[in-house]
Amino acid sequence: MPGLITMDDLSNEEILSILDDAQRLLPVAEGKTYLPLLQGKILGNLFFEPSTRTRMSFETAMKRLGGDVVNLGDVKTSSVVKGETLFDTIQMVDGYTDIIAMRHPRQGAAQYAQDAARVPILNGGDGAGHHPTQTMLDLFTIQQAHGRLDGLKVILAGDLRYGRTVHSLSHALTRFGCELILASPSLLKMPPEIVADLNAHGANVTETEDLLGSIETADVVYMTRIQKERFADEDEYAKVAGAYKLHASNLDGAKEDMIIMHPLPRVDEIHPSVDQTRHARYFEQAFNGVVARMALLCRLLDVEVPADIGGGA
Amino acid sequence: MSQEHNMRRVTAIRNGTVIDHIPAGHGMRVLEMLGINKRSSVPVSMVMNVPSKKMGTKDIIKVEDRELTQDELNRLALVAPDAHVAIIRAYSVAEKLTIELGDEIVNVVRCTFSNCITTNPREPLAHRLKILSRVPLELRCHYCGRPQDLDELVNNVL
Repeated sequence: MPGLITMDDLSNEEILSILDDAQRLLPVAEGKTYLPLLQGKILGNLFFEPSTRTRMSFETAMKRLGGDVVNLGDVKTSSVVKGETLFDTIQMVDGYTDIIAMRHPRQGAAQYAQDAARVPILNGGDGAGHHPTQTMLDLFTIQQAHGRLDGLKVILAGDLRYGRTVHSLSHALTRFGCELILASPSLLKMPPEIVADLNAHGANVTETEDLLGSIETADVVYMTRIQKERFADEDEYAKVAGAYKLHASNLDGAKEDMIIMHPLPRVDEIHPSVDQTRHARYFEQAFNGVVARMALLCRLLDVEVPADIGGGA
Repeated sequence: MSQEHNMRRVTAIRNGTVIDHIPAGHGMRVLEMLGINKRSSVPVSMVMNVPSKKMGTKDIIKVEDRELTQDELNRLALVAPDAHVAIIRAYSVAEKLTIELGDEIVNVVRCTFSNCITTNPREPLAHRLKILSRVPLELRCHYCGRPQDLDELVNNVL
C-alpha cells in the first residue's frame, strides 16, 4: 500500500478530502470524544533524528484513535548504531507494525523505506527533502483561517534552501493556484530544481530578499528558522538573520485576516510581541499536527472517518 | 574527409565492437563508463575529433575481442546517447546495436548528491535515476529527487 513520501502522492481532491476528515476529527483530537477507529493497529515511530512535535503528534494522533505506538527509541542505543542498514531496519519494523512514521537525516530515505516496506510509510522529514505531513497540517491551518486554499498570496520566508517544510508546502500551494513570494537571503534561496518544478506547474513565483515588501498584500506569511550552522561566520549570520525577523510593528499595514505561520521551533525570527496579535497562528498550527495526522493515518490505513462524529465538530 | 577514411585511421578489427558517433571529446568517458581502463587486457583503439557529416566532429572507439552487451551499451546513454555500435565478427559487421534509453537508468551510476540515502554502499536496493528529458539529458534520483550533474555522474559509475 502506498504511503505519503511527497505531496505528489496526493491529488488535490485527496488533499481536500483528507482535510475534511481532519475537520470532523477535531473533537477527537481535542479529547472531547473518544473514537477508537484505529483500535488494533500499530504505528511504528522511526525517528532517526530529533523530533518533538512530529513524533509526539503522530503518537497522540494514534492514541486518540485507539491505536498503539512502538518507538525506535534513541538511535544511539538501537541497532542502527551497530551499522544496521535502513533496509534491514525497515524489514524488521514492517513485520511489527501496520504503518510507519519516519524521519531520517538522509534525503531520499523515505522513498527508500517505502520501496523496502509492505506497510505505508509516512515521511516525517528526510534530510532537506520533503515533509508532507507538515504540509497537510499547514494546509489545514490555512483553510481554517481563510476558508479556502486557492488563489491566496503566500510569503515563504527564511531558510528556503534547507527547510523541507517549505519544499513540500510550495508544491502544494502552487497546485491550488496560490501566488508565492519566496523571501530568503541569497545563500538560502529555494533550490533551483524546486523553482523549476513550480514554474513548470504554471506557478506565479517571485524570488526576493525583501521580506517586508509584500506583507501588506499577503494572506499568509510562513516563517522558517535560519540556522546559524549554515553560515561560515557569525557576523554574516547575524546580518542575514536580522533581516528575517518579524516584530508586531511590522504588521501595521497587514490585511486583517493575514496569518503568520511557523513550523516551530522558532528562535528569534518571530518576536514574542507578534504572539498577541490576531495574525499569530503558529501554536494552533502545532496543535493541528495531531488532527491532520489522525486523518492521514485513517486514510493510509483504509479506515473511513464517519460523516457524523458528534462532540461539537 | 570520408567516413571510410576515418575508420581507416586505425586498423580494421577482426572481432570485437566498434562504437561510432561518440560526441567529440567524450571518448575517454565512454571508456571509463564501460570499465575499460589500465587493467583491461584487450586491445583498444580510439580516434578523437575526426570529421563527421552529422556531428561536425566525433570520436570512435574499437574494442578488440570483446562483444559489448546491450546492458553495457545502455550505460553509454549518459555520455553518448546517439552512438552507433557494431559487433564485428571475422572483419564483418555481424550485428548493429543502438543504445536503449528507458524511463530509468538502473544500477549503472550512483546519485551524485552527498546526502542521498544511496551513498551508504551497504544499502541493497537498486540505484535508480529517472529520466526527465532525453534532449538535453536530465536525470533525477528516484530516492532523493536531486538533479544529476552529468559531468560528476561519470565518476559515480558502479
